[in-house]
Amino acid sequence: MIFVFSEDDETAYELLAIGRELANSLKSEIGAISFGLDGEEAYIFCGADKVYSIQLNTGYPSELHADIVVDCISSLLDQYKPDILLIGGTRLGKEVAPRIAQRFGVACASDCIEFSLEQERLTVKRYVLGGRFISTQRFLRKPQIATVPPRRFEKKLDKNRKGEIIKVSLKPAGPKVQVLEIKKKAPELLKIEEASIIVSAGRGLKKKEDLKLIESLAGVLGGAVGCSRSIAADLKWLSEEHWVGLSGHKVKPKLYIAIGISGQVQHIAGIRESRTIIAINNDPNAPIFKACDYGIVGDLYDIVPKLTAILRKRV
Amino acid sequence: MDIIVCIKQIYDLGQIKADTASKRPVTGGVARKISDFDKNALEEAVRIKEKYGGKVLALIRGANDAAKEALAMGADEAIVYNTDADSLGTASLLAGIIQKMKYGLILCGEASIDEYSFQTGPRLAQALGIAVLTYARKIELKDGEVIVERDLENRYEVAKALLPALITVTREINEPRIPTLLQILGASKKKITEISPQKPEVGIETLSTLAVEMKRKEIILKDVETLARVIISEK
Ligand SMILES: Cc1cc2nc3c(=O)[nH]c(=O)nc-3n(C[C@H](O)[C@H](O)[C@H](O)COP(=O)(O)OP(=O)(O)OC[C@H]3O[C@@H](n4cnc5c(N)ncnc54)[C@H](O)[C@@H]3O)c2cc1C
Ligand SMILES: Nc1ncnc2c1ncn2[C@@H]1O[C@H](COP(=O)(O)O)[C@@H](O)[C@H]1O
Repeated sequence: MIFVFSEDDETAYELLAIGRELANSLKSEIGAISFGLDGEEAYIFCGADKVYSIQLNTGYPSELHADIVVDCISSLLDQYKPDILLIGGTRLGKEVAPRIAQRFGVACASDCIEFSLEQERLTVKRYVLGGRFISTQRFLRKPQIATVPPRRFEKKLDKNRKGEIIKVSLKPAGPKVQVLEIKKKAPELLKIEEASIIVSAGRGLKKKEDLKLIESLAGVLGGAVGCSRSIAADLKWLSEEHWVGLSGHKVKPKLYIAIGISGQVQHIAGIRESRTIIAINNDPNAPIFKACDYGIVGDLYDIVPKLTAILRKRV
Repeated sequence: MDIIVCIKQIYDLGQIKADTASKRPVTGGVARKISDFDKNALEEAVRIKEKYGGKVLALIRGANDAAKEALAMGADEAIVYNTDADSLGTASLLAGIIQKMKYGLILCGEASIDEYSFQTGPRLAQALGIAVLTYARKIELKDGEVIVERDLENRYEVAKALLPALITVTREINEPRIPTLLQILGASKKKITEISPQKPEVGIETLSTLAVEMKRKEIILKDVETLARVIISEK
């Protein structure tokens, strides 16, 4: 048995696609764990054989709490003893996966980007050392627990699939943490992972107003605006949704244009799978020139307006 | 109230090169430093101590220089050890050490920047059976409780728990101080205890760690006109 869980539906569908392949090679079944919300059929369409729909006696909390998730999934593991548990690598997922693993005295591999089976043992690949190296790791015991980054794999939908929804009634222990207040972040219209062209700004910009240069170029190309960590986290000129890199969004557009970005390992970790990378930077020794397909050495304040003007006429 | 900060000394990642033939990381001669978020955890512990009193104990995987740096930054005492372990082993080992101690709070970084696995804090709390509050960007204490503002995907959440509790901190929570010469000198009087824990349990084996192949063209263009042509053909 393979279990998958993510509180984020899209991520759960993606996990089901990976789970399906593993289940086929293991000749086993996949169970999707859900907390009794609507739309459980979609799990079946995306690959689940069974949906374990947890009904909380306590009523459904407005925001699913990690303590409750850990408790409920652990009960299911006790009962069904799955070989593999895949959890969506959201912030909640990254907290609950290692906690469940600790409870069962087993490993958990974080942010896995590839899965295979060797003699029925799960083997995964994941980035380490700032994203410049990839480790291949193999589990020694079951349950084999891994988290998977959202938007990394594609879901597979088949509306003719059949499966079973099983209601499970659980009474988790009262949470140790009590939520007092929730402040929603401003909703983001942009999904940078979905853009096929990204024009990204870095510290090479002198002031916030100069972002206009980047925005006009992106506009002409019909692309999205991205940025380095400095711009989103330190200067806060753009929101987190624009932040690309190891701790930001991992993107794979057709074309990624890095402007005034030095190209530190953590930034590169987020753009590695772009088809073509172009860099504009005034320092010929900037590491970005070792990580791009095409580069131009020069002042962005000179190059970007010229480039935008030329492209405006031709695209 | 005493605060324990879990710290990991790591290689300076920018300095690690890949061996050209084997593609394996070459770490010989590479400088080591305290993992970035762990400095934030330590800074926060020292600020809490300054505000509410108590002692800060740094529990460090690494060498004496990391312990000295932690003491100079304001820790009162340090324990260092140097055992290799995966996340399961690390959390079990830390739990074994901490179980015998008295503490109100444990602070960890949200992730160590070499492994970047976000595991040790939540695991340690689970092993100790205490509350865990992850991704903290603000911490306050009040009447035996800790109130934390957490940074989640689409929301900030204010949550509270009874002490003892474990908190993992984000990089945004503070700006770690750079110790003064006086603090560095003062640190030499503080106590560093070296321990050698038993080899911990292992849950996963690493088969290989290899450099990511970079297959980029690295072509330098001479003028904006050519750049525009490349963009049109690549888009
Ligand atoms: C754990 C961890 C996680 C991290 N995660 C991320 C992440 O997800 N994303 C990320 O981006 N970073 C991340 N970082 C930070 C990263 O290490 C770098 O500090 C950051 O990427 C630098 O941003 P930058 O390139 O915009 O700025 P800088 O490094 O300051 O580079 C600015 C560049 O602009 C060039 N420039 C200056 N003026 C001009 C001009 N007029 N014309 C053209 N070029 C000009 C300069 O030559 C320089 O190369 C992380 C760091 C850590 C430790
Ligand atoms: N070996 C270790 N010794 C002490 N603390 C550690 C160790 N490994 C990780 N930590 C702590 O746990 C946090 C998360 O690390 P990680 O799970 O490796 O991403 C770090 O920021 C440290 O605070």
